[in-house]
Formats: sequence, structure tokens, C-alpha cells
Amino acid sequence: MSEAGTEFLSILAATLRLATPLVLAALGGLFSERSGVIDIGLEGKMLGSAFAAAAAAAATGSAWMGLLAGVAAAMLLALLHAYAAVSQGGNQVVTGMAINVLVAGLAPVLATAWFHLDGTTPMLPSAARFGALTLPGFASLGVFYRQVISGHNGFVYAAALAVPAAALLLARTRFGLRLRAAGENPQAVETAGVSVSAIRYRALLLTGLLCGLAGAYLSLAAGAGFTRMMTAGRGYLALAALIFGRWRPVPAALACLLFAFADATQARLQGVALPVVGAMPVELVSAIPYVLTLLLLAGFGGAARAPSALGVPYRRDG
Amino acid sequence: MRVGATLLRWAEPLLVPLANIAAALLLSGLVVLAAGADPFAAMAVLLRGSLGDPASLGYTLYYATNFIFTGLAVALPFHAGLFNIGGEGQAYVGGLFASLVCLFLGPVFGWLAVPLAVLAAAAGGALWALGPAWLRVARGSHVVITTIMFNFIASALMTFLIVKVLIAPGQSAPESVPFVESAWMPSLGHLLGPSPLNLSFPLALLLATAVWVFLRRMRAGFELRAVGANPEAARAAGISVARATVLALGLGGALAGLIAVNELMGAQHRLLLEFPAGYGFMGIAVALVGRNHPLGIVLAAIFFGALYQGGTELSFDLPQVTRDLVVVIEGLAILFCGALENLFRRRIATWLGKEART
Amino acid sequence: MSERRTPAAELRGIEKRFGPVRANRSISLTLARGSIHGLVGENGAGKSTLAQILYGYLRPDAGEIRIGGRPVAFGSPRDAIAAGVGMVHQHFMLVEPMTVLENLMLGREAGLGLAEGRASALATLARLDRGGGTALDPEAKVENLPIGSKQRVEILKALHRGAEILILDEPTAVLTPLEATALFGELRALAEHGKTILLVTHRLREVIEVTDAVTVLRQGEVVAERQTRDTDAAELAELMIGRSPSPPQRRPARLGPLRLEIRELTVRDGAGILRLDRASLAVRGGEIVAIAGVAGNGQSELIESLVGLTAPESGSIRLDDVELIGLTVRERRLRGLGHVAEDRLRLGAVADFSAVENALLGCEQVPQFLRRAANAGALEAAMAAYDVRPAEPERHFARFSGGNQQKLVVARELGRTPALLVAGQPTRGVDVGAAELIHNRLLELRDAGSAILLISADLEEIWLLADRILVLCGGRIAGELTPETADERQLGLLMAGAASA
Repeated sequence: MSEAGTEFLSILAATLRLATPLVLAALGGLFSERSGVIDIGLEGKMLGSAFAAAAAAAATGSAWMGLLAGVAAAMLLALLHAYAAVSQGGNQVVTGMAINVLVAGLAPVLATAWFHLDGTTPMLPSAARFGALTLPGFASLGVFYRQVISGHNGFVYAAALAVPAAALLLARTRFGLRLRAAGENPQAVETAGVSVSAIRYRALLLTGLLCGLAGAYLSLAAGAGFTRMMTAGRGYLALAALIFGRWRPVPAALACLLFAFADATQARLQGVALPVVGAMPVELVSAIPYVLTLLLLAGFGGAARAPSALGVPYRRDG
Repeated sequence: MRVGATLLRWAEPLLVPLANIAAALLLSGLVVLAAGADPFAAMAVLLRGSLGDPASLGYTLYYATNFIFTGLAVALPFHAGLFNIGGEGQAYVGGLFASLVCLFLGPVFGWLAVPLAVLAAAAGGALWALGPAWLRVARGSHVVITTIMFNFIASALMTFLIVKVLIAPGQSAPESVPFVESAWMPSLGHLLGPSPLNLSFPLALLLATAVWVFLRRMRAGFELRAVGANPEAARAAGISVARATVLALGLGGALAGLIAVNELMGAQHRLLLEFPAGYGFMGIAVALVGRNHPLGIVLAAIFFGALYQGGTELSFDLPQVTRDLVVVIEGLAILFCGALENLFRRRIATWLGKEART
Repeated sequence: MSERRTPAAELRGIEKRFGPVRANRSISLTLARGSIHGLVGENGAGKSTLAQILYGYLRPDAGEIRIGGRPVAFGSPRDAIAAGVGMVHQHFMLVEPMTVLENLMLGREAGLGLAEGRASALATLARLDRGGGTALDPEAKVENLPIGSKQRVEILKALHRGAEILILDEPTAVLTPLEATALFGELRALAEHGKTILLVTHRLREVIEVTDAVTVLRQGEVVAERQTRDTDAAELAELMIGRSPSPPQRRPARLGPLRLEIRELTVRDGAGILRLDRASLAVRGGEIVAIAGVAGNGQSELIESLVGLTAPESGSIRLDDVELIGLTVRERRLRGLGHVAEDRLRLGAVADFSAVENALLGCEQVPQFLRRAANAGALEAAMAAYDVRPAEPERHFARFSGGNQQKLVVARELGRTPALLVAGQPTRGVDVGAAELIHNRLLELRDAGSAILLISADLEEIWLLADRILVLCGGRIAGELTPETADERQLGLLMAGAASA
């Protein structure tokens, strides 16, 4: 195989790895936003999950306990968001912001207190992490299969499966129908005798679950423990991907792949002359996903139609 | 009974944020406990470290200056119904413009560079807010989303500029050449020092007053508030919603940009990577705690400045608690004053005996 | 057989209060099974409140509800649906981007997956959708359907949930006369099938045409109950209003020059539906021209085009011989256009502002630096002139009563002595005393030489004020009358699109 070819395959593999937390978080945001609740707190949920997962794994030595703890933490944060946004009718943007900031501070404080390192958890031994999975047929199905498809972490495959699962859930189930209706016309849902609050709470729990998986991936699989601010803006990137994908599971996932691809090629683009743009300064590559999303929001490529009731707290009268 | 009624009118806006802050501090105290330290000791450290001696007080006010700027940067657009979280990016670009003036015009114009740089900082911040403003007006894009995007873009852009273009030759630290002294903001560190406190603090107070006058006593501010309170009625009254939007975000961006005056011209005297350092986001907390009122914002800014300054002392005295605790308090303050603000408001209002105004 | 004699529903002594307002006072009502029962009253008489109580959306403060003879207490619409009560709202409760089938299924999915729900909804569609006209396409997106079809979906939704009692709230408010007739046919068919229907409306024509019995509400109380065949529209109107409309008592108009000229104005809404169809009219100084017509026939679009909130597709609007189309709202106001909005809390004022701040809204002479004392003083004078209570300029606008709020808005607009005043429903939701004061001020403005275009659903108001009456029906000017020479029947026929004058 040529050098460029191998290089390309390894970029593809890296893309899948980098996209995993994005896809999971974006799908998480999908459920909450389609139900009508703005969620910019994906970052905080991921970070909280990453910390809880690393802490539990370090304490128990078990990766699965870590996973459980991470998901639980994210779901707890999602419940907080639900309480403030749905039950209290508070400003949903502010709540998301609050959760992000709160977790950014709380995680290092607890980490220092419990592990006596500066704001981090101890490095996790490989027994307490999730390793790579070798898919059956490794040897025979060709170099693409070997390099790109197989040999990933369980999370990567979970993320891949989550996409069609989310699409099915949304389009073909009772839960999905009610969720979509709640995001478009909550009053219609309420007068049909279905509780909008219950729907939104459930949607947010799902958000917590998915963000929990994303965060646990970061500290238990992609990394080996928790460090300050380790989510590094991925939650916002996932939000951008969600919007770029017009709040639909498959386009959002594709957007995540696109953004991850940009990230994967970033390091290798240094000094390389691209068509049209010339030599792209490597520092600017990280801005590409945001510029793309802004272009979409500016109306190039068709209007992005958000769920009609997004961001509007629903209150029952009487 | 007029006295009673006036008392109620003043009491409610004060009691509600106090209750919220109290709740935030209480929960933070629980966090400190969970970390294995004594919350009262932590509180004592915070107080002593921020207000205990002139130097600390100077630092507190120096931090508060940034918070006043970013708090106003969030609050002013809020009155027009817009949530500006682009303070970080707007501050960054404001810093770029100010630095360019200081670096290239400073040696030429002497002290005249200072007012020019101040204007440049405001212009830079305003410019960076125009993108989201235009997207809102022309495409109806959500300001929260677009300002978040612009923050990241600014970060990438500035990283490139600072590391590749403006970096002082021959060094590895991502900073520019130091500004000439004539381009520094006059220091007030001799009054309350030694500290980086400088003329930006009185400037911030002046601007807070100016914002109040603008919103309450000027027609443009009135129209801005009308758009925020009821955009349809404002339109029907002939007010241009587009103009109000651009004005609100432009002014907000300009205010955020002025951090550069305090940080870069007043303290660091050079352009640094990541100098907005979270001040932009903290501005949201300041605006919420200060209930978007300039006076409240000044008080809240001093409160958060004290937290910041006291927080630096924390890890010295209480090794179990890092200065991240300050971020926790910030997050809880945002939560209670922003999202859960009604939690206490109704109870206080009924307690005061008024009809609850939801 | 006693089951047939048991009323489908009974309401006894229903009370409901919203703050100081008693929307329902001790209301009792009996719905006979298989009948169509009308509930009539003016705007604000308490009809919608009662309907929402029956539907479980609101809880009564006192009183009893019986369904099929059994007492029930509805905690939410879900309980009402379970008891067989279904509501068809005036503002449709449909999820626009979803299909007809999905809207039918919502809440009645019968299982975690959607397959069963779809089958059941399709069955209902086949069984009960027998309204006139084309059958509904189950996979059509609701947002693409005409209004009459959307309403059919609403009705089917209720039936799909097993509603035996169907409440319709102002159903013809958004229908064309043809669609209304189709609806009546559908309702009669349903009644013959044993369904009971409560028709909430203020349109007497419908009541006479389709109901078996009618209850009249006025100011929250039941004032009369009749079998429809024993009464007529005139009696019902009198019962609704409380007195027969008084003959006009104003000075004859002293006509000035032509001030407003609208020619061939055509407006399409966001969905591309024609709302105004080559409408033309003229108003001279010193006269009040009233636009009568069932709401939804283009009145709001006319106002919005005039004021500058909507751009028309074609046509011309000239004020004092200056073309207004293309000018901003502010520019039109500078040229002397005044506007009393139909919906004062949405378009006319900012509820969160004080009265004095609202008085500044839309006034072009306001200088850059606001003068508090002067503004407060000017408002105090206006408050005295308009008898606004309490006369506190700094008081929150929302804390004034509806009548006082409207007086403040009218004072502001009339205070600028506009060349042309566009007044939409100027006394809607306003107490009698305030209404009278506003009417007098309008007449004074007219006598001072301004032109006034009045849009109102209140026939009595039109009778009192108008020098000429134009009828808007289906986006076109259907005819012109003068109050001296016209009678209500002619007006009613014009409004129903059944005659031309």
C-alpha cells in the first residue's frame, strides 16, 4: 500500500475515533432540542461524565463501574437542566451555561479533594479502561477493514449504532412521535392528553445517557483519566454539528464526521498547500467547523428550521 | 402607606439576588465540606484574601473592572432581548485592535495613543459583534449560537495572529513585544497597592453610569428596551427592530472589548494569548446577579472580583480546595440568579405581602 | 329507554374567577344527547371559559359537572377525553409539520411502535371522514392543508379519541361561507349518529341554522335558554346585548378633502393564500368609515398594510396624495397616520413598561434625551381628560384595567391629532363607561376633520360611529351601506357573502 494511502486510512480511522464523542453528544442534544428544550450544556454533561467515570474507575479499578458512574453523573446533570428548564420554566440557555460552568469548577475541586492531585484523577491502568475491539474476520477482509473498521473501541461502534437507533426511535415509535410534537406545538400535545413535562424530562434523560457515554469515552477510552477542561469545546462542536445537520440524526452524525475529519487532518496539513486556499495556517483549521455552521445559519444551503417550540418554556394555565 | 410601598419596591429587587447568592454560597459551602475542608475557614480566606489589605483590595477592584465591562456587555443587549455570550471573542478582537494601536502608534503619538487605543478596543469588540447582529437581523439566527461560534473563531484567529504574526521575535512565549510606556493606562497601584489597579476602574464606573443614562434617559435606549420587551409593539410604533438589534449588540461588543484596556494596557502591557481568560463568561454571571442593572452589575462585579482575588489565596491556605471553587460559586450563581430565579422570588414576594408578579 | 332521556352532559352552578374578573357566574346548562346546542354571547361573555371547563383545561372554582348522569371532576383534558368529551379549538391544536395521520395518532398510539396506531387512525378516517368535498390524504402534511381541512382533522382527532360530546369553539371564525356550510352538514350527520355537540359562537346565523337548542350568556351569566325553533336572531341578539341597539345620535359628517385612497390592494399571507383581493376604498376628512365583516376576511391584513407592518403584493395606498407603500412604519406615522391596534397588549403597548413610557411609544417628537417631568405632566393631563384610573403615570401598564389600558392607548394616538386614524376593535374587552368615552373622543376627532377608518366586529359600535359602512368578505369589499338606510339583515347577508348591495 502506498504511503499516501496508508496515511489516508489512518486519517479515516482517526476521524472515526474523533467523531465518536461528537456523535454521541450531538444525538444527546438532538433529543432534548427536538422536544423543545435548548441544550447548550452538552459540554458540562460530558465533562461531568468524564470526571465521574475516571473517578469511579480509579477508585474501583473497573472500567464498567466507571462507565456506570459517568452515565449516572450526566443523567443527574440532565435532570438538573430539566428541573430548571421544564419545571421551573427558567431560561434554558442560562441553565445550560450554568451547568457548564458549575461542572468546570466542581470536577477539579472534587478531583483535588479525593485524589490529591491538582484537579485531575490518577492515570488509569489499562485494566480500568476500555481497549480496542477486534472485529471478526480481521485477517481476511482487506486492509480497509483492518485499518479503518475494525480495531476500534466499543464506544465507536456504539456511536455508529446509536445513529440509526436514534433515527428509528424518533420516527417510528410513540415516544418519538410525542417528542417531536412537543417540540413543535406543546399545546397540541397537552390537549391531546399527554404531559409535555413528562416528555421533556424523558428526552433530557436520554440526553444525559448519550452525553454520559461521550464523556466516559473521553476519560476511559480515548484518554486515561480526567484532566481539567478535557472536553475542550467538544460539546459546543457537537451543538454546531446538530444545527448543521438541521436537527436530524443522520445529517447531524455526518456533520460530526465532517468536523472530525477536519480535526484529524489538521495536524497533517501543516505547510501543505491546499487547492484554492493555499497553505492554510494550522491554527485556523480549528475554526472551520464553526465557519461552516455560520455559513449554514446565514442561509447558504437552505434554511435551517429549528423545532418551532425550541427554547420556549411551556406552562400550563389554569 | 407610601413609605411601606416604596420600601417594598426597593426591598424585592435587593432581597431576591441576596437570597440567590446566599443559596449559591450555601451550596458552595457544602462542596467545600465534601472536599474535606472547613467552609467557614474557606470563607474567611476568601474575605481576608480579597479585602484584608490595600494590595488585595486593589487586586479585587482590578478584577472587578473586567467584570463590570463584561457584565455590561451582557446586560445591555439583554435589555433588547438578546443574549450576548460572545464577550470572550469580542474582548479578544478588541484586544487586537488596541494592541495594534499601542504597538504601532504608541511610539509615534505618545500619550495620545491611550485614548486612541481605548476607542480601538471598543471598535474591535463592536466589530466582532456585528457578525452575529447581521445574522440575527438578516437571517433570524439565534444570537446565542452565533456568538458561541464567533468566540471559537476569534480564538483560532487570535491564536494564529499571536503565535505567527505578532509574537515578539526571538522568544517562545506567545506574547507580543511590550507596549511603550506612553501607551500604558495610568496606574492607580500607588493608591491601593501594589496592584495592577489602573485608570480603567474609574472608566468602568463612568461607563456603567453612561449605560444607565442611555437605557433610562435616552430615546435610543428606550427604543432598545421596547424592542426587548415587546418587539411587535415596538415595530408597530415605528421603531426599527433591526437598528435596535445592531445597536445593542454593537454597544455590547464595544463594552466587552474594553477589557483590553484594563488587562493589556493597564496590567500586562502586551498582547497575550487567551487574555480574556473566562472574563467574558463570568460577565454572564455578573449580569444575572446584578439583574442587568448597571448599579447591580457594579456591586456584583466587586463581589466576583473579591471571589477571584480571594480564590488565589485559597490553595495556599487550604490545600484541599483549589481556586476552582470560585468557578463553582460562579456556576451556582448563574444557576440561581438565572435559571432558578423564580424559586425564591415568589416566596419573597408573598412574604413581603405583595401579589406575586410572575 | 331512560338512557336516552339522560342528558349527555349537565353543568350546574359553575363558577370561575380570574383575579377580580368573574368569568362564569353560577352557570347551569344541560346538553341533550344527540342534539346540537348553541352557546352564544358577545366577546368576553364567558363562553370560552365555560367550554374550557367542560373540556378539563380549566378547573371551576365551584359547581358540578355530570357526564351521562355521573358526576365527574376533570383534573386535565386527559380526564375529559376519557369521559368522552372532545374539544375542537378555535386555534387549532395541530402539529403543523406532521402528517394528518400522525396528528390523529398523537396521544392515541396504542403501543410503543406506531403500526397499531396508524391502523387505528386510518380506520377512523375511513369510518368518520364524510365531510363534503375531497377526502383527506392521511400522509399530507397539515401545514399544507387549507383551513377547512385542518378543522376536519381537528374534529376527527376528537372523534378518534372516542368523543361522544364534541365542543366546537367559534368554528366558523376562519372558514369561508362554503366551508361553513360543509361543516354544518358534518355536524348534523354526527348528531344523527348520536353525538352531542356544543357549539360556542357569537354568530347568530349559525345558531339559527344548525342548533336544536341555545343558551345565551351575558357577562358571565345565563340570561336565557331557548329551543331554537321557538326563537329568532333578533331575539337572541337582544338577549346577548341586553338592549336593542340604539339609533345613531351623532352630527352629520362635514366632509373634508379626500385623505385616504386605497386602490386594488392585494395581500397574500406567508403561505401564499390571498387575504385581500383588489380591495379599494376611500375615506375623506371628517368622516368615519367602518369596515364590517366576520374576522378573518382580510381586516387584519388591511390594517397591517396600511400601518406598514406587511408589504402588499400589489395596489396602492395614498394618504393625502402621498404613496405609503414603500414607506416604513415610522415614515407613515410622521405623515399623520395613527393606529389603535386590535390587540392592545400585543401591538399597542408594552405591558412591562409604565404608563408614561408607553405614552412615548411611537411619538416622533420625542427628543434624544427624555424629559421625565414634562412627560409625566403631559400624561397626567391626558389621564384627567380620559378619566384614567388610577391617575399614576409611573404605574405599570399591565396593572391598569382593560378599559383604562385602552384609554391610554387611544389618548396617545388621538393626542397626535392624526390625519388618518386606523382603529381596530377600539372597545374590545373594555367596560361600558370606557367604551362610551372612547366613542365620544373618536367622534370629536372626526368632527375636527380627521379621517377615521374603523374596523370592528361590534355592530352596535359601527351603528353608533359610522358615516359609511363597508363590508369586507373574502378579502373583497362586498358592498357599502349607510346606517340610516341599511338594516341588520342586509348587513348580515352581505357579511355572509350571500348578497351584494
